Amino acid sequence: MNKMFQNISKNYEKAFRRFTKPTQNLLNTIIMVVLAYVIIQILSGADVLSYSFTNLLVGLCIYSIVAVGLNLCVGYLGELSLGHAAFMSVGAFSSAIFSNITAQAIPNSLLRFTLALIVGVFFSALFGFLIGIPVLRLNGDYLAIVTLAFGEIIKGLLNVFYIGMDKHGLHFAFIKDTTNTDAKGTMILNGAQGISGTEQISTFTIGVILLILVLLVVSFLVNSRSGRAIMAIRDNRIAAESVGINITKYKIIAFTISAAIAGVAGVLYSHYYTSLTATKFDYNTSILILVFVVLGGMANFRGSIIAAIVLTLLPEMLRSLSDYRMLFYAILLIAMMLLNWAPKAILFRQTMLPKIKAKLFKTRAKEE
Amino acid sequence: MSFISFLIAGISLGSIYAIMALGYTMVYGIAKMLNFAHGDVIMIGCYVVFYGVSGFGWNPIISTIVSVAVCTVLGVVIERVAYRPLRKAAPLAVLITAIGVSYLLENIALLAFGADSKSFTSVINLPSLSLAGGKLKISSVTIITIIACLIIMAGLMTFIKKTKPGQAMLAVSEDKDAAQLMGVNVNATISLTFAIGSGLAAIAGVLLCSQYHSLTPYTGALPGIKAFTAAVFGGIGSIPGAFIGGILLGIIEDLASAYISSQLSNAIVFGVLILVLLIKPTGILGKQIKEKV
Repeated sequence: MNKMFQNISKNYEKAFRRFTKPTQNLLNTIIMVVLAYVIIQILSGADVLSYSFTNLLVGLCIYSIVAVGLNLCVGYLGELSLGHAAFMSVGAFSSAIFSNITAQAIPNSLLRFTLALIVGVFFSALFGFLIGIPVLRLNGDYLAIVTLAFGEIIKGLLNVFYIGMDKHGLHFAFIKDTTNTDAKGTMILNGAQGISGTEQISTFTIGVILLILVLLVVSFLVNSRSGRAIMAIRDNRIAAESVGINITKYKIIAFTISAAIAGVAGVLYSHYYTSLTATKFDYNTSILILVFVVLGGMANFRGSIIAAIVLTLLPEMLRSLSDYRMLFYAILLIAMMLLNWAPKAILFRQTMLPKIKAKLFKTRAKEE
Repeated sequence: MSFISFLIAGISLGSIYAIMALGYTMVYGIAKMLNFAHGDVIMIGCYVVFYGVSGFGWNPIISTIVSVAVCTVLGVVIERVAYRPLRKAAPLAVLITAIGVSYLLENIALLAFGADSKSFTSVINLPSLSLAGGKLKISSVTIITIIACLIIMAGLMTFIKKTKPGQAMLAVSEDKDAAQLMGVNVNATISLTFAIGSGLAAIAGVLLCSQYHSLTPYTGALPGIKAFTAAVFGGIGSIPGAFIGGILLGIIEDLASAYISSQLSNAIVFGVLILVLLIKPTGILGKQIKEKV
């Protein structure tokens, strides 16, 4: 048995080495996700998992997906977006509206979900594109502030938007509910109350499949010619421009894809939680996603997934400390940046750390 | 008449934005960074005045002076601890740190003062002004806000044009390295900028809360972003620009909430930001800066 296992791992390693570094990285991440999925499925089959934990599973997928999306924007493009919650919101609302309108027309829920996914991703990508055009031509911190503003705009607009459906068709209204929907009809989007009653289609399996798809898309993008252009812009914009890279084009490509991925997470969200309100996707949610990316490591998709999972599960386990959670996130953001960038911290890493390591290893060697 | 009273309310709101925008625009001009925590410094300043007046029973003017002092120290400390070590780091790292500081201040306030809204009594207790036979009433807060804004603008412009430290600020904003070679103490100048900006933030905060009478840990966040929008609108880095941008944005916001929808006024204000960036990214008074390689 043991020998067989060794054989398998040896063969696996041999096969593994044939791939290039990025492919290995991608495979490792996907294997990690699949393994986690299989373990959780086995555990839930054995009825070991608590109800509150199984309830979190789709949430883990949602946050992992949006963290991967934001990492594409922050880690690879080097632009900060504080509006990824808003892109989630766009994806969630557009797909939920579509789903509710076609609830009777398309009885197959999986087909409806797939179409809703396309609708949600399309709209969040469209908004990403539209935001990107004026902002990504500029240098500086404009994207952060505009995406933050975009989040407020979307929240404000969705709070005063009404859609009703009855036998006369669809009715739209703005600011005041003047849809005059029949008593027999239903309000699909009811202003600040949002959308309720979307059929729960998202499952953990669908979430994991979407996460893997997203990982494939971003990994292929990052390791393609476009991906190298995007990273060149991040590392040195002027040098990249001087070798003929179209800066605005590649920035918009990366940002649009990043927004679309946030849309995927939004679609998953709106088809899992029964009530959907615009205030759920506020500035705090965007900061939370940013914390996942910063803690997991810039330009590291696997790190983002792990950070999203750990930081979603930890507060659930440590309920008593929930008051201090946000404080912890804030300190985490500052500390990570100072440790990575402050000259003194860099000096410490370069000079003292190897010495300490050497000392530690020496003492350990002596003990042995 | 109602239009004129909306307009005056807009100018008053705009004056508050203008004072806040000064903090953003000065820091952006000199340290080339977006100080996200500026809005939260405003909030801390409001809490100081609130507890000074209702907790310790101080005179409102003394509380305001204490609040200015606290905010000045806070601004300098934030710069020293969080931003100075990152002066040579990537802009993204500085921005994330600034967001972290802003989030930290909000959550400290949340833990220390609670999430409930405090009812802030106006520090200005003067009778309101009646014009046109009582048809047009202008509150004393509005008048004092506008006057305060004008005095601060004039004072700051004179400070920058006529004094040595002001000239040093200009020099650092033009070229940090060259200024250093000319004997300007860059670190002290940047500290001074943060000190002035944060001190003004306290005044803006007191005026803001006197106008709206409510105070929560998130009071500063949204007005802060709007003030930054005003700074971009007027041309970031330019002090008269901050004034013009602030006033215009205040008028737009007030008229939008009066004539379109109060729920949509934020969306409209931020829509203006996107339009400005689309049409004239350098703002009304901004200069086009060529980048050297």
